[in-house]
Amino acid sequence: MTAERQLLSGDDAVALAALHAGVRLGTGYPGTPSTEILETFERLGGHAQWSPNEKVALEVALGVAFAGARTLVTMKHVGLNVAADPLFTATYTDVEGGLVIVSADDPGMASSQNEQDNRHYSRAAAIPTLEPVDSQQAYDFTLLAFEISERWKIPVLLRITTRVCHSKTIVIPRGPVSGVAEPAFERKIPTRVMIPAYAKPAHHRLRTKLAEIAAWNEAEGPLRMDAGDSKLGIVATGISAVHAREAAPDASHLTIGMTYPLPIERIRAFAAGVRRLVVVEEGDPVLTDELRAAGIQAEGKPEMYRFGELDVARVRRILAGDTSPEPVPPKGKPPELCQGCAHREVFQALGELGCIVAGDIGCYTLGVLPPFSAMDTCVCMGASIGVGLGLRHVLPEDQARRVVSVIGDSTFVHSGLTGIAEMVYNPPATGHLVMILDNGTTAMTGLQEHPGTGRLLDHSTTNKLSFEGIARAMGVQNVQVVEITDKSLSLKDLIAELLAKPETSLLITRQPCVLAAPKIRFYDKAAAESARVHTCSAAVAD
Amino acid sequence: MEKVKNIVIAGLGGQGVLTASDMLAEAAFRAGFDVKKSELHGMSQRGGSVSSDVRYGEQVLSPMVPAGEADVLLVLEATQIEINRPMLRTGGVLIDPGLLPEGALKNKKSLNVALLGAVSTVLDIPQEHWMAAIYANLAEKLHKVNDQAFALGREAALQGSIAQHH
Repeated sequence: MTAERQLLSGDDAVALAALHAGVRLGTGYPGTPSTEILETFERLGGHAQWSPNEKVALEVALGVAFAGARTLVTMKHVGLNVAADPLFTATYTDVEGGLVIVSADDPGMASSQNEQDNRHYSRAAAIPTLEPVDSQQAYDFTLLAFEISERWKIPVLLRITTRVCHSKTIVIPRGPVSGVAEPAFERKIPTRVMIPAYAKPAHHRLRTKLAEIAAWNEAEGPLRMDAGDSKLGIVATGISAVHAREAAPDASHLTIGMTYPLPIERIRAFAAGVRRLVVVEEGDPVLTDELRAAGIQAEGKPEMYRFGELDVARVRRILAGDTSPEPVPPKGKPPELCQGCAHREVFQALGELGCIVAGDIGCYTLGVLPPFSAMDTCVCMGASIGVGLGLRHVLPEDQARRVVSVIGDSTFVHSGLTGIAEMVYNPPATGHLVMILDNGTTAMTGLQEHPGTGRLLDHSTTNKLSFEGIARAMGVQNVQVVEITDKSLSLKDLIAELLAKPETSLLITRQPCVLAAPKIRFYDKAAAESARVHTCSAAVAD
Repeated sequence: MEKVKNIVIAGLGGQGVLTASDMLAEAAFRAGFDVKKSELHGMSQRGGSVSSDVRYGEQVLSPMVPAGEADVLLVLEATQIEINRPMLRTGGVLIDPGLLPEGALKNKKSLNVALLGAVSTVLDIPQEHWMAAIYANLAEKLHKVNDQAFALGREAALQGSIAQHH
């Protein structure tokens, strides 16, 4: 059965491999293009949890690994920025169970605020990195990542990109791995308590591990060689490698699977056998720079190809050294806030009041587009609150009074709490207004649960955070909750009233996302049914 | 090596573009081909333009159809034809809702399957794999209406002349 071929997305392939690898707990925060990994893992029977954010997800995973069990952490590229703090020291520690971190990068920004290249993290945090070209490799490399992680007791980064995550290609799975260790606590203070006395030797150990992994990568690392014409040799990684093989079928190709630490001598040998060596890579010239630093005469790509995704046509242009302007693809219809979406009412009111809107990451960022054009800043998860406060602190009073921070429910849990602490601690002279647009789901990434919904990743019931309770406990002066559907409500008047006060205010607007509402009703009904059954059986037991 | 077949499916979010490409990819997969299917989603639920590429053959490399190399362009929404036309190769086939006799489609939601019926007339995938792939992607109660839709599109394509792109 296990040898049966399947048509899987890269995300689904990672999930299947995690299941086969015996992962005890998968953690993460939703983010396109990584979201489906944990959802599929749970659907296949794995145990997966959404964390409030990526930092917490990685810390929970680290605990699992210290306990000796295998764990997978998933996030989009910008999520790794949030998880960077634990990441940089996790590599100093010895993990017992395999710890694999998935960073799903988004070159071309299909659904992201930047196109950062997380291969820089491999070097900066000293974490071994694997880059699959398709779903088969996404599956194989996930299994390999666990082997490497446990062999060298080091976290491993699986760096995938949008086109690998969301393309379906054929996978032949190997089936469940046997002999995965059971969790048990063993005290190992010097390898897990990173005070300077232990961290200094730990850093040396880390460099030794990397040297050993580099030697392994040279000897038997995942690398594919397609021998062709010696006139042109192409070194590539990830999805770029298949674009390159299609663009230059006659050339010699070297596809590198583990891109940190690099098998530099194998690349040098390949380079020696070709007259012209070109590196084909999306994003920043990470590989190009490293090859050149090692004294390999490698040709990179012209600067214009740093931007956006690569494809077959762009690789052909890179190989031809073509820097003429590229054809501009015709503009499609942009996305918009759904009809009936409560965010529409909010942006309508903010627009009419002439507010200066510090926005955040989520569906509601679409409030920046016509007909609303009612957003002035959007940088990263949670930034609406800090940026709004900064604007308030220095703008002339008449402008400062119009500043509003707008943040979604999931984003608030992810990174908004510290912003509220800042507002309470350093209140601007004009006060401030934060609005949580609570639609009861993580809408943009495809309707995932979060700690504010009261439901787990599998939509079953759990404890629920109270945003209003948190804000009151933290000392916000005015805390109000309104239902957008309340006909007696003038949202515009209420916002104006709060803006007029030189006080700190939190206004929570509630209405379920129109896409999520039927599902939420279904989950609520299921929960009520299950509670009824429990009550009945308890009564019988009595 | 046998040439890879390239199909681009386009439309607006909510029209079933991604479901249609899943069905096509699965049909080719069941027929024993190497298959790659690519799409960009995330924003797709918000009513914007959506497109998906399906490539199949003996061996497929890139999952993305290069511009000007699509053998078939399937468009579910008339306003999306022109922006996707550059994907077609010379001699490639455009399939759009205009192909169907007015009012013939009983359920608007099966437009994607109806037009896949039309696509099936120009691709070398046996009919049984089409039906299995369509069923695998739909709830059972929807099988019958989509059977009819597929047959409608297929018949319309066989009766009429499908326009080739020059």
